[in-house]
Amino acid sequence: MGCQSSHPSAIPELDEIMLETGFSQASVVRLYDRFQALDKEQKGYLSKYDLQGIGELAVNPLGDRIINAFFKEGEDLTDFRSFIRVLAHFRPVEEGKSNETGRPEPMNSRLRKLQFAFQLYDQDSDGKISRDEMLQVLRLMVGIQVTDEQLVCIAERTIQEADQDGDGAISFEEFATSVEKLNVEQRMSLRLLK
Amino acid sequence: LGLAKTLVAIALLIVLGLFLGGIVWAADHIASFTLTPNVFFFYLLPPIVLDAGYFMPNKLFFGNLGTILLYAVIGTVWNAATTGMSLYGVYLSGIMGQLDIGLLDFLLFGSLIAAVDPVAVLAVFEEVHVNEVLFIIVFGESLLNDAVTVVLYNVFDSFVAMGADNVTGVDCVKGIVSFFVVSLGGTFVGIVFAFLLSLVTRFTKHVRIIEPGFVFVISYLSYLTAEMLSLSAILAITFCGVCCQKYVKANICDQSSTTVRYTMKMLASGSETIIFMFLGISAVNPDIWTWNTAFILLTLVFISVYRVIGVVIQTWVLNHYRVVQLEIIDQVVMSYGGLRGAVAFALVALLDEKKVKEKNLFVSTTIIVVFFTVIFQGLTIKPLVQWLKVKKSEHREPKLNEKLHGRAFDHILSAVEDISGQIGHNYLRDKWSNFDRKILSKVLMRRSAQKSRDQILNIFHELNLKDAISYVAEGERRGSLAFIRSSSTDNMVNVDFSTPRPSTVEASVSCLLREKASSVCLDMQALEQRRKSIRDTEDTVTHHTLQQYLYKPRQEHIHLYSRHEIIQNEDEKQDKEIFHRTMRKRLESFKSTKLGINQPKKLNKSHKRDRGQKRRNSNAIPNGKIPSENPAPDFTLKEKGNFSDTNNKPPVNSGYCSETSYEPVNSQDNSVDMQERLEESNPKENQEKKTLLNAQAHYRSAAARRVQSRRSFHRPKPLQLPKLQKLASFPSSCHIPPHSLEQEETQL
Repeated sequence: MGCQSSHPSAIPELDEIMLETGFSQASVVRLYDRFQALDKEQKGYLSKYDLQGIGELAVNPLGDRIINAFFKEGEDLTDFRSFIRVLAHFRPVEEGKSNETGRPEPMNSRLRKLQFAFQLYDQDSDGKISRDEMLQVLRLMVGIQVTDEQLVCIAERTIQEADQDGDGAISFEEFATSVEKLNVEQRMSLRLLK
Repeated sequence: LGLAKTLVAIALLIVLGLFLGGIVWAADHIASFTLTPNVFFFYLLPPIVLDAGYFMPNKLFFGNLGTILLYAVIGTVWNAATTGMSLYGVYLSGIMGQLDIGLLDFLLFGSLIAAVDPVAVLAVFEEVHVNEVLFIIVFGESLLNDAVTVVLYNVFDSFVAMGADNVTGVDCVKGIVSFFVVSLGGTFVGIVFAFLLSLVTRFTKHVRIIEPGFVFVISYLSYLTAEMLSLSAILAITFCGVCCQKYVKANICDQSSTTVRYTMKMLASGSETIIFMFLGISAVNPDIWTWNTAFILLTLVFISVYRVIGVVIQTWVLNHYRVVQLEIIDQVVMSYGGLRGAVAFALVALLDEKKVKEKNLFVSTTIIVVFFTVIFQGLTIKPLVQWLKVKKSEHREPKLNEKLHGRAFDHILSAVEDISGQIGHNYLRDKWSNFDRKILSKVLMRRSAQKSRDQILNIFHELNLKDAISYVAEGERRGSLAFIRSSSTDNMVNVDFSTPRPSTVEASVSCLLREKASSVCLDMQALEQRRKSIRDTEDTVTHHTLQQYLYKPRQEHIHLYSRHEIIQNEDEKQDKEIFHRTMRKRLESFKSTKLGINQPKKLNKSHKRDRGQKRRNSNAIPNGKIPSENPAPDFTLKEKGNFSDTNNKPPVNSGYCSETSYEPVNSQDNSVDMQERLEESNPKENQEKKTLLNAQAHYRSAAARRVQSRRSFHRPKPLQLPKLQKLASFPSSCHIPPHSLEQEETQL
């Protein structure tokens, strides 16, 4: 499990990855090393088991959901490109960068970060967080001591607070509005991933 | 409420000391009791430093060693030099009046006043909720700067003795060399004694009663030996504690361990109390009082200013190399939290009056500086930090959504951190843990401790599905509260979380308080909210519930070191809960995938699989053992990172095969199916198994590493294993009856 550094040329599609994700070459190399370290058998792919092998995730309430976010719908394996694509969401936002129109939304923008988070809540991908989904997330994130009734109450209120069009579910826009005061750029950025 | 408890205590102690000193002086007109350097250096300081070393979070310490060394060495030299020079410069300008001092005297004074004091620093940081990196940096710095201080002090002392004119370049070089000799020599002495201590405790199984005695005596020996050889004694005893902790804790029996812990804390707390009181008493000694306003004021100004400058510059340099950056608020805390304490006072009292004519001036100034930093800075640091944090964060009351989603973001970030491997993969660390596992542990740890470590691994390896299902069923039957109640009597399954987790994690007192008051000590929003009344009662309840019961993200887990408390870690419960839940979910999803597929079996495939694996288990159920997705985290293993070589571990007999509700044939099908499914996407079948296997081991080691990174001290309690369900698939060799482990531990 040594940390041998890969040579940049060993990484497939390095340039496209750098362009797409915005990572520096050093970061890509580092993440590639990490990918390989996780991929014990050198399959070239990561399976869910590999990610579940990271112990800390088992004590993270949202651990499993995040693992699933790395894998496309119905698939069990992810390659390096998809892996790093997900991580690209967490690149710190560059300050002072003017929003050039015409360029596609960078992967680490606030919007994308929020979309990633929204996707974690919205398990059935219908574009809305229903009450059940909210309840599920709350159940994950809250201690055992909270009873189910209390949880239902909390879920109700949370939805009420955010729901603007009264449909009993939270759409992405409503979600984004409800967290607009939060410093998402900072809270969902890893300084290491530059 | 209990805000500046420790610091108020210290301030009060000093005041009390002053008061007592006043009484003594009034009675006798002489100062009978003072803090003599001998008493301080030989009796009062060692327990404190040993306590610090023994309970030092090693992973954190060595992970940040570079930073710590930079601050300790360069920072102290910078402080000493600049303070000394500036004072000299000001003296030359005449403001201080006529004094019989030369440049060297000033440098000498600078060197002793420059060092940040471990005794005082800890008191500060127990109050201020700082992140663990910051804590370990300042803490480490305060311990390691002793080497620098000692060298500088001795060097300048000898220079002063020689007279300013006789100092040559050679002497300067000698001084620099002596620094290396003193520090490295001291460290070496400490390590040697740590080795000795570990070795001794390995063989003490028949003399358990005196085990604690060995710990203290040998550690103190290291201090004395270093002192005798004119090396840095503080470094010696620090490293003795740091290096021996793992092995000693593994080797000595529980009761001895507890004894050691409590005694150490008692001695350290006691010493600290005495020191500060003596400081107060010694101050009331009119004979030594020389007041020189300019000198005193300027000293205070200079040490503060230069510390700030030094910290800022060094941080700027370090941030280029560090993964985790040090922010402004960290720097503020570091600068402001650089307290001077009793070490400075003891050193100044050691000065020879004949050589340093103005000793009394120095002593008075030192006293004032110490009092000022400890009392004023100590008392104000917490409000300062609070104010700073509040300034940064918003003042509004967060809405439910914001709280919830904010917390979710933190969790997400933690998870992504873990996945992207920011913490952990470190070549040196892996090499060291390999070396440690293969050689050191074999030499220094009792065989029983080694064995139990391996056995625990195997036990968790063999967690079979039946146990897991019964555990989950039990939990569901009893209701959601079962998880809590069963935390202490985990007899349903052989997964005992209370064992592996550190049983005596040193947690800061403020953590406990924090937990009761609000989730974050300095979370002003929460505190305010509790005070203000919210219009809607239901709103209050909801907010309150959420606030109280939302799981805390990792960044808020800070349990490091406390001189005054030995407390169980409350966050274990949270981790346990989350872990149960996660494992149950994984189990269920695995079950459902398994049940969902039902294809005709292919026997030859399974045999091929068997061949590929090394197995100790019997072949009663011959087909592929699909390692369970719910391996128990092996937190027990203090020997972290020992699982890099996973190939020797037997494949987990997950017991999917052994589950009685499934016939072997059926399970064979299903396991085959699973494999096939996986194989479709992955041609190498053995690798899949190995992946799972390694994932488990990796998981364990990663979990273990992470546990240790947060709190590196713990001791495995004897495993309270419930009755394992004996299943046919388990050969007796693999199946260790629950109580034998306990017996083995206690027998040996």
